Amino acid sequence: MANDNASVWTSIRFWRRSAAWVTGFATILLIWLTFDTMGQITMGSDENVAKASAEGKEIDRVPGPTVINYHIDYKYSAKRGHEVPVIGKKEPFFGKEWSPEEARKLLHLGKLTVQAKNCMNCHTLLGNGAYYAPDLTKAWLDPKWKMLGYLGEKTKEEGIAKFLQNPPQYATHLRKMPNLGITAEEAKGIVAFLKHMSSIDTNGFPRNFSKTVEQFEAGGTNAR
Amino acid sequence: MLASIKSNSFTAGSESKKLALMYFRVAIVLFGAQLVMGLIAAIQFLAPDFLLDVFNFSVSRMVHINAMVVWMLYAMLGSVYYMLPDETGVETVGIGLGKLAFWVLTAAVAVVVLVYIFIQVGPGKESTIWLITEGREYIEAPRWADIGIVVVVLIFYWNVFATYMKGQKTGIMTVMVADLLALAGLYLAGMFFTDNISIDQYWWWWVIHLWVEATWEVFVGTLAAYALIKIINAKREIVEMWLWIEVLMLFGSGILGLGHHYFWIGTPEYWWEIGALFSALEPVPLVAMFVHVLYDWGKEQGKAKAEGKEGNVMKNGPAMAWIVTNAFGNFLGAGIWGFFHTLPQVNIYTHGTQFTASHGHLAFFGAYATILIGMMYLGVQGAYGVERMKATFKSKMAIFLISFGVIGMTIALTIAGYEQVLVERAELGGGWDAYFTAQNLPWYVQAMVWRTIMGVVTFVGFVYLVWDLLTIGKEAQKA
Repeated sequence: MANDNASVWTSIRFWRRSAAWVTGFATILLIWLTFDTMGQITMGSDENVAKASAEGKEIDRVPGPTVINYHIDYKYSAKRGHEVPVIGKKEPFFGKEWSPEEARKLLHLGKLTVQAKNCMNCHTLLGNGAYYAPDLTKAWLDPKWKMLGYLGEKTKEEGIAKFLQNPPQYATHLRKMPNLGITAEEAKGIVAFLKHMSSIDTNGFPRNFSKTVEQFEAGGTNAR
Repeated sequence: MLASIKSNSFTAGSESKKLALMYFRVAIVLFGAQLVMGLIAAIQFLAPDFLLDVFNFSVSRMVHINAMVVWMLYAMLGSVYYMLPDETGVETVGIGLGKLAFWVLTAAVAVVVLVYIFIQVGPGKESTIWLITEGREYIEAPRWADIGIVVVVLIFYWNVFATYMKGQKTGIMTVMVADLLALAGLYLAGMFFTDNISIDQYWWWWVIHLWVEATWEVFVGTLAAYALIKIINAKREIVEMWLWIEVLMLFGSGILGLGHHYFWIGTPEYWWEIGALFSALEPVPLVAMFVHVLYDWGKEQGKAKAEGKEGNVMKNGPAMAWIVTNAFGNFLGAGIWGFFHTLPQVNIYTHGTQFTASHGHLAFFGAYATILIGMMYLGVQGAYGVERMKATFKSKMAIFLISFGVIGMTIALTIAGYEQVLVERAELGGGWDAYFTAQNLPWYVQAMVWRTIMGVVTFVGFVYLVWDLLTIGKEAQKA
């Protein structure tokens, strides 16, 4: 204002300097927090995956790619007040154990395909994306795969891969996933990506996932 | 608007303003494309077989949101070129280069859209990311286009900066120059590939959030400041002081408000508290902006009356109407609808549901579409050299129908989101069957029907808007 001495509240200089200080402070704090967060969400080592499985406790928020060689669960933790991913015993993935290098390559193919097929413009990943199809954060753990009998395959991963290569054939609702020309290799990659994503510690999102197969099949009310 | 270029009757005589109108013209075409794509996507919710395998939902939805981002960026670039000579007092320095950049950008956008529509998806290879789509919501543009965008933006920014250095340095321009640097620089955070979905989304939000909840909001503040001086003769000192206060509050809350996107993507728990605190503060500047626009309007009107002047102080009725709609819409759409689901205790259930879509619709409209349409009306006024431009019947139909339509869609999506949250998330715990159970409930379907109807209302309003923008200048000139 013309008369800066009248009051600090009407001084442009005061507000300009305050704006610069506040913006600078917020930016520095954000950058500092970003460094800390990056440290915590970088993919963990394969040794840590094995250790987490052996000791039954969580080590990395985002485990290394070899997590696809292990059973993954999502269990309530009384300490944290929500569900957390649990890395269990070893289990074959597409009939074999994947070496660290193979697992890394498969996950890379999966992530590339998820972007190339534009999954995020129908589905949500970690809750972000479009709302036309189910959230994929814990899709690997969805009871639906069992309810569908793994589409006639022996294992869940083979069932999901079969679904991805020809989704309209296995549609459960009028709103169906189109055929996106996903190859057998790409489908394996996507399943690895989904299994890896289900092992990420998402602070309990989605909460209370999900009703069990038995609960869904019983249907109706809880009245006996 | 079209006639202004054809007959070269640009009385403002500024090349920068002519370039601005070129940007506005492409913006309005892309706005139309956004609405058509939105209607297709809305119909697909009700009739899933509509255009299945030809033009899947993922395509219509991608073009819907991309056309929106791009038309807004076009209108923002146009607004900057429009106000640049007025604020600096000199002609934009590199106008030839600026025009070249415009054509390069427009050609690139056309190619990207054609690839989106006709090629759609590619194999899971790096080449798809480089040539077809990056498949990351809002910033799907393939990598080659990313690099092209960076080059064009560098030319644009050099133009703005050099003109600023040459001319007078108003407070509005100082904020604009600093804000544009941050806005442009943030785009770089979205230009890399990683196998780690958590790191992917961490940086993805840097672009999306720090655009729409920080730098774009400050940009809107500079536009409102400029427009208030231009339309109602508001006093520059007051407007600029407000602008600095807005910068303080918007960046003070918005930068760390980024935390509300880091609740569930693998990032640590401390973001709960940071995100909750700062995003709870985010509505505060939006209230301030609303108060400030209405206050200045009332004050200037009162002053004119005291000086014995008859009539309205507004020099551009429709532009002022859209700016007041912006002030209120920004507060309602970004502030209230954003706060609705921003606390982690609520967000754990609402995250990734139609709640987000309802907020997205009202916020993008209220905070950005409105003021950019206002700037287009200012552009038309300048193009025809009209001293005073009054709202026509068409202007009124446009603002009423578009606002009514968007609010209608927002309410419908909020109801759908509420149902989805309770049934899919709270009752059934998410997952495939939970999702479809909620999607197929009559209340959800009914909300989606209303969303589509309100989308049609919005589109009719858009037709009035285009018609008005094409004719209001000439009509005002005759009067």
